[in-house]
Amino acid sequence: MSSSASVNYLNEFKGIKSWLFTLDHKRIGVMYLFGVMISFLLGGVFAVVIRLELLNPGMDFITADTYNQMFTLHGAVMIFLFIIPAIPAALGNFVLPLMIGAKDVAFPRLNLASWYIYVIGAVFALYSIVAGAVDTGWTFYAPYSTTTSTSVISMTLGAFTLGFSSIFTGVNFIATVHKLRTPGMTWFKMPLMVWALYATAVIQILATPVLGITLVLLILERAFGIGIFDAAMGGDPVLFQHFFWFYSHPAVYIMVLPGMGIISELIATFSQKKIFGYKLIAYSSMAIALISFLVWGHHMFTSGQSELASVVFSFLTFFVGIPSGVKMFNWMATMYKGRIKLDSPMLWAMSFMFLFAIGGFTGIMLGAISIDIHMHDTYFVVAHFHYTMMGGTVIAFFGGLHYWWPKIWGRMYNETLAKISVFLVFIGFNMTFFTQFFLGSQGMPRRYYNYLDKFQPLHAFSSYGSWVLAAGFVLMAYYLIHSLYKGEKAPNNPWGALSLEWQTQSPPVHHNFEGEVVLDHDPYDYDTRMVIDDKLIKK
Amino acid sequence: MEHAEHPSYLQHHFADSQQQEETAKLGMWIFLLTEVLLFGGLFAFYAIYRAWHPEMFVEAHKVLDIPMGALNTFVLITSSLTMALSIRAMQVNNKKQTIWLLVATLLLAATFLVIKYFEYSHKFHLGQLPGKYYTYEGITAANPHIFFSIYFTMTGLHGLHVVIGMAVITWVLIRTIKNNFSSEYYTPIEMTGLYWHLVDLIWIFLFPLLYLIG
Repeated sequence: MSSSASVNYLNEFKGIKSWLFTLDHKRIGVMYLFGVMISFLLGGVFAVVIRLELLNPGMDFITADTYNQMFTLHGAVMIFLFIIPAIPAALGNFVLPLMIGAKDVAFPRLNLASWYIYVIGAVFALYSIVAGAVDTGWTFYAPYSTTTSTSVISMTLGAFTLGFSSIFTGVNFIATVHKLRTPGMTWFKMPLMVWALYATAVIQILATPVLGITLVLLILERAFGIGIFDAAMGGDPVLFQHFFWFYSHPAVYIMVLPGMGIISELIATFSQKKIFGYKLIAYSSMAIALISFLVWGHHMFTSGQSELASVVFSFLTFFVGIPSGVKMFNWMATMYKGRIKLDSPMLWAMSFMFLFAIGGFTGIMLGAISIDIHMHDTYFVVAHFHYTMMGGTVIAFFGGLHYWWPKIWGRMYNETLAKISVFLVFIGFNMTFFTQFFLGSQGMPRRYYNYLDKFQPLHAFSSYGSWVLAAGFVLMAYYLIHSLYKGEKAPNNPWGALSLEWQTQSPPVHHNFEGEVVLDHDPYDYDTRMVIDDKLIKK
Repeated sequence: MEHAEHPSYLQHHFADSQQQEETAKLGMWIFLLTEVLLFGGLFAFYAIYRAWHPEMFVEAHKVLDIPMGALNTFVLITSSLTMALSIRAMQVNNKKQTIWLLVATLLLAATFLVIKYFEYSHKFHLGQLPGKYYTYEGITAANPHIFFSIYFTMTGLHGLHVVIGMAVITWVLIRTIKNNFSSEYYTPIEMTGLYWHLVDLIWIFLFPLLYLIG
């Protein structure tokens, strides 16, 4: 169906200026994609360095101070520059207007501004890496962050700036979903990815300003000694933790909710079956968004918070697991008796379900105070959040990237290599991080440069895993970049999906759709509709 | 160019100007919500430290200049009135009146900052400063510098919002002079008004909390 000389958003305007001043949500999404992929590479290099150093106890090739900087930079870059913007700002920007049949997001200039603010934030972060990299951990806990000699201010200023970029995306998405849906698309006819992005945007606008003000106070504390986080001056360092986690716990749902949205799309499309429990999946996204604001205290069970508060936070933490469980069961029920196609995006989705289940269950374990007292600040926690953040969000992100890649670029990638890549990442990931559950439960503390000899075999195994993981990503980079130049032309609807973004050409035209958008079915009507050769037909 | 279906101010991705206006308003209200949360963090700090050091807060608040603060409250409320009237003037296509009312709003905002400057410089002179710069000796309760840390952070961030508001008002003033607006389309003035009222409203909370409550 795709004519070889078709005009599309990529080739209609040419030159670097047509990109730098573009107001097109698709181009801004692509520019974000470049930003987050470069950040992922950078954060990944830090990770490999960390694992390499931990191959043996004692010093292998970097000093303890450099090691502290490495894990801080790995965390800060991966969280603030990669994982928070990866799905909403890069993929979400591209697909949200397409999925609701709109021509653009509500505020295209604000959208472009958010990208520039992202770049400015990245520059602050990079500056802090060059000028005496931070060594506080990505959480910037006072009082260490107010006293260390490394460049805390530029990194926190970077995180503060990136927060505004995130807020602007959130404002834009909420207004877009409310006001720009194509006629006929009611709330319960929206694809679940749109629900997930909407729930994410709610957290982005409610939580991020609080992080902003907290980081401002941290900067003032460090620069002018205002005493708010300094116990010697009548302040309270634990208050920083409260304010930090008031943002940062909801923020983990900024990271994982849009990933769950992607999984809903992938499971339905590749099972070719009406999604099971549509409304419950939609409501569970909103439930996660709301409950996520009430659980931050589970990061402070051992920080001297009152016992009553800990018990309440522990209970609420179990509670937030329910909507995630609802989603898992709905996805499985969707697959049940579906016509499952094992294309690479579906393999990513199935990896997600497996890994996120482990991440979720260990999260419930850590939410139990009695276990957390023993496990806190060990590798068990490290393994848990990598299973949710990497096994969850990052895997979902790559699933989405492979799913929408043909739409974004109009090219197909090499499917065989893609399957090998999923396989390598899945194996490498489990080698690296499942090992760390054992390390943690045996008492290996997180963020330590050195360790007892008895931990060496497990540490080494984890490091070998990181190489397998890296190999999977290098392979992916190879075939994805290769596909841009040599890839087969993609059809408009390679996966036979029913949501609107597949009803326009690949890549889409500048205004997204030729003519009026016709909406005569729901996004998951696989029982009454099917796609053959890009044509939507009634069964 | 301007005919009924496609006025020049209508952006390509909206179906009509009503949709554009409603979207802009929704976006602005969401943005204001983020501003409330930004200040909300500081109000929470205020509440927590007030609960921890009640005697100190009572003693420290007495050094603030109530007449100056009251005058500033009056100035800001008046500026909100002129801002609201400028929108009204554009609704009835009275461009000249819109311009004068926006200029009046700017002048009142500047007056607010000048009064604030005098208050600040007096405190600098006496050493009633945040954290480690605090040198004033007139307060006997422990940790009085915390009060001034909170005072300067809250009023400073508010002052920054006044400056940003002035920049935005100047921008809509220039666009008004350039004939960008009419009774058909005045959304940017209206949005600026919403923002300005929020800046005003935050001060209306700051004034009693910092200056008046004993």
